[in-house]
Amino acid sequence: MTEAKSVTETKKTEDQGILKGLEQLTPEKIESVIQQVLSDETGARLKVYVETCVHCGMCSKGCHFFLSLNDPRYSPAGKVKQTLWEIMRKKGKVSPEFIKQAATIAYTQCNMCKRCAMYCPFGLDVAYVMSVMRRICHKLGVVPLYIQDTAHSHSVTMNQMWVKDDEWIDTLMWQEEEAQDAMENLRIPLDKEGADIFYSVIGPEPKFRAQLIFQAAVIMNAAGENWTMPSMPGWDNSDMCMFTGDYEMMERLKRRHFESALNLRAKRIVMGECGHAFRSVYDVGNRALGWRMPPIEVVHAIEYYNELFENNKIKIKKKFEQPVTLHDPCNISRGRGLHEMARNIVNATCENFIEMTPNREHNYCCSAGGGVINCGPPFKNARVESGKQKAKQLFAAKAKGAEVVIAPCHNCHGGLEDIIHHYGVEMELKFFGDIIYEILELPE
Amino acid sequence: MHDYYSFFTGPFAWITFLVFIFGSGWRFYSIWQLAKKKDSAVFEYMNMKFALRSIAHWIIPFGSRSMQINPAMTVVTFMFHISLFITPLFVFGHVVLWKENFNISWFTLSNTVADLMTLIVIGSCLFFLWRRIKLADVRYLTTPMDFIILFIVAAPFVTGFWVYHQFPGFAVMTIIHIISGEIMLMAIPFTKLFHMFLFPFTRGYIGSEFGGVRMAKDW
Amino acid sequence: MNNCDTWDWNAGTKLVADFSALKNKFSYIEELRASPDGERVGIIVKNDDMEFTVCTQTSEGEPEPWESGYDKVWNLRFGPDSRLSAFVSETGKWKVSTDDTPWENSYDFIWNMTFNSNGQIAVSVQKELSYCVVNNEIPWENAFSRLTGMILSPDGQKTAAVIESVTVLESEIFKFRQGCYSIAVNGDAWSHNFMNVWNPSFSKDSSHVAASVRASYGEYYIAVDGKTWDRSFSSVWEPCFSPNDNSVTAPVKKGGKWFLAKDGIILWETPYFQLWQHNYSPDGTKIAAIVSPSFGRWTIAIDNISWGINFSDCVSDIVFSPDGSRIACLFKDNGKWGVAVDGTRWDEPFDMVWPPVFSLDGLHLAAKVKKGDFYYIALNGKRLNAQYEDLESPLFSPDSSSMLIRGRKGDLFNREIISL
Repeated sequence: MTEAKSVTETKKTEDQGILKGLEQLTPEKIESVIQQVLSDETGARLKVYVETCVHCGMCSKGCHFFLSLNDPRYSPAGKVKQTLWEIMRKKGKVSPEFIKQAATIAYTQCNMCKRCAMYCPFGLDVAYVMSVMRRICHKLGVVPLYIQDTAHSHSVTMNQMWVKDDEWIDTLMWQEEEAQDAMENLRIPLDKEGADIFYSVIGPEPKFRAQLIFQAAVIMNAAGENWTMPSMPGWDNSDMCMFTGDYEMMERLKRRHFESALNLRAKRIVMGECGHAFRSVYDVGNRALGWRMPPIEVVHAIEYYNELFENNKIKIKKKFEQPVTLHDPCNISRGRGLHEMARNIVNATCENFIEMTPNREHNYCCSAGGGVINCGPPFKNARVESGKQKAKQLFAAKAKGAEVVIAPCHNCHGGLEDIIHHYGVEMELKFFGDIIYEILELPE
Repeated sequence: MHDYYSFFTGPFAWITFLVFIFGSGWRFYSIWQLAKKKDSAVFEYMNMKFALRSIAHWIIPFGSRSMQINPAMTVVTFMFHISLFITPLFVFGHVVLWKENFNISWFTLSNTVADLMTLIVIGSCLFFLWRRIKLADVRYLTTPMDFIILFIVAAPFVTGFWVYHQFPGFAVMTIIHIISGEIMLMAIPFTKLFHMFLFPFTRGYIGSEFGGVRMAKDW
Repeated sequence: MNNCDTWDWNAGTKLVADFSALKNKFSYIEELRASPDGERVGIIVKNDDMEFTVCTQTSEGEPEPWESGYDKVWNLRFGPDSRLSAFVSETGKWKVSTDDTPWENSYDFIWNMTFNSNGQIAVSVQKELSYCVVNNEIPWENAFSRLTGMILSPDGQKTAAVIESVTVLESEIFKFRQGCYSIAVNGDAWSHNFMNVWNPSFSKDSSHVAASVRASYGEYYIAVDGKTWDRSFSSVWEPCFSPNDNSVTAPVKKGGKWFLAKDGIILWETPYFQLWQHNYSPDGTKIAAIVSPSFGRWTIAIDNISWGINFSDCVSDIVFSPDGSRIACLFKDNGKWGVAVDGTRWDEPFDMVWPPVFSLDGLHLAAKVKKGDFYYIALNGKRLNAQYEDLESPLFSPDSSSMLIRGRKGDLFNREIISL
């Protein structure tokens, strides 16, 4: 039995998005927004979740925040208690001070990883309840500054990083040129109609990690794929609007992304190694638009790489030698069951594989997902502290010999990087793309 | 005394059954209506196979990792719920009442087993009480209503045990036993005790989402 | 308008280009593009100096590369007038080149090549990190810190785009909420700024511009020439002008459901799970839209009356017949694509379909489809036997008696006229 220490004092938030947003609130506005969200946008699902919870605390061990911080306020149900229970009990008559705390909890103390839903005997989905809280905060204009800015970028540019139309195309051409040093006549075909693969990435790739586009281009060319990337907005599959609660904007984004692929008559969308974008494209965004499943098949990089190896479409020079361990990102293991395919890739590419435990659906979150890392520096310390359990898990894998952590998700990379640094884990982080590129045998 | 007994085993028992049945029916109906109006997409993802798969894993002891890492809670919960249902239905004293009033009867538990199961329920309630007071995370979630519910559940078993063993004042206690049982039944539709009826739906839904869309396990 | 009445509509097959000759001649080739009349194909290649250029054909079908070579060529496209244009760059400077004649002025970047029906070209450009539009080689007088979503008016006289009218820096979220975006028409910004502006659209007479805007997170409007509708909605999709009276319609979201509204007033009272890509018949009397009448089901509604059939995955690309009497669309049902017309689906499912094309008399409907590794033409629900490695969408003759097929079989790109 885990003996949690008692409730600690809440730290004061210094986030300007939250603090300045609060200045524009009145109790009347809070009440009317809450009433509107509760009556128009939620229904039996929220009601049943809140009414069925028997306060048993079984979800506590499902949450890495609780496991790391050992404070009852961080158990999943504890977070619901501090947000929606109170709101529903008081029928929206809550203070700006309450909203400040609720926004901090909803945006920065829950990664929406849904692990707790696997620990609750009733399968109650606390991530959903937190998303309702975020929706309320979005409508109140009380959103952490950094992630709000990202959502604004989405609304203007249809990408996460304020990348302008020309900068995107220019980056692709630059990466194409760089990659031509590795493979002559390599192409990143723009706007090619009827391609088998529409390759989409997240905003940070052209902005900060352009080498990933380079690597993907080399892999696609080596595999002889009929692929394309769009030159116009719609290339970004990421979605911070889903996480701020700006669902209208999420719908606009997802529509643009799907229509980009549909208008190019692509057979399917293959996306880079990103978790939250996959959740947005495969699960949340399509539903919001009325598509039961995505209108065009969506394939995560893991599924795609697995296919490459299964069909012998690429060859490797030799296996990656350093011992590796694998971090299962929530949105693609718990969100799409890709963990076994990920292991197939590890086995096809690496000499020595060491499992971290728990793993697969039960893996601990990186503490960065769900938009938490996107809330930026004001919350970084708290985020890294909540990764203590993850650090322990990594240390255990390291003790068994693992030197490299493969994390096929951008947010996981960001989160794990901070955890590895803060706790002195001293392990190297890689994407599958990094490893495959490194050992890839280029065709003559 | 006899008048009270007749009232609580007669008209009030009928009221209890009606409140329980219609209250539960109303609760289901209102949730159903709300779901149809506001969460119609939920029905699109319900999948019988995956719902049953999930339910099966969660009604088998230690069928989920959550249960495995909370062994004490798992053992107590299963024994508690089994005893909670079996005892009132099959205890000899209750079956006799069905026989007398409706001329129907069925299998009965031996007195020793019934006694043991009653003690299991009482012991489990004490365990739950201990968790609520002692474990910081559970304490944090606990509301006064949670204690009341625990009391409502424990009361019929404590009083039943008292009556069966004919402890002093058992005649009065018999009436209290009847009332406490009736209160529990009536409380089901209007309190968190209704979780017993909602379990298949909440479990079934998350099971459907995990199985059908996410292609992952939820246990 | 392509002047298709001057094209050669005599039945028969004509060889346009031999792909093997191209492959032999150049070490690097991209995808073929065919002119609307099918008389020429163009392709981006690397010439002997290892420069990028474009190759077309002599009248004998011999490969004939452009004389100029470049560091990079992209976005090769035939205009409706069958002239061939591309973006070309030399030492980091970009231009449009049409039939090997480059524009005079160059820019730091250039994209979004847009044609009007006469083949006139407008593009978005960036010079020294300022953005504007160049229409027919004439740039706007004003430049902006950000520009996207450029459109060209039907008459070719005007261009419009979404612009950043007040420069807003990253992280200035409260300034952003005040409204920093607008529409510029020929470089002149609307007097109103909004939090966001999307989907500008010209009226058919080119005199007005409408767009979707949001004034705050919860207030979406349609704005026409800078002035918003009287009432806001929780979301809106792209507006469309009526060809008849310049009234504006747009899908709007209210209480979680979608409706079609006209000039701010709900026109279609039926609540839909989704409603978008609405479009007017050529005579402006009918409106058709893609709708989702129940979650996860898709169909077409015409003047708010849905077809009797619906589809599980997706509906796209509404096409009216020229007289407006018939409507076709693409759909995807249980993972397979198909064509539906007037509420009836073609029997055969395909792996992919392109937007169908009506004959002028509306009697024939044809589409480019893909099945397995090959492309085919499907005509009036029947897939024709000929299989192609490359194929353009079919076109009909002005008298609706023949069909033009432009496709590559093996190495041979042919122009075929089939009489119907």
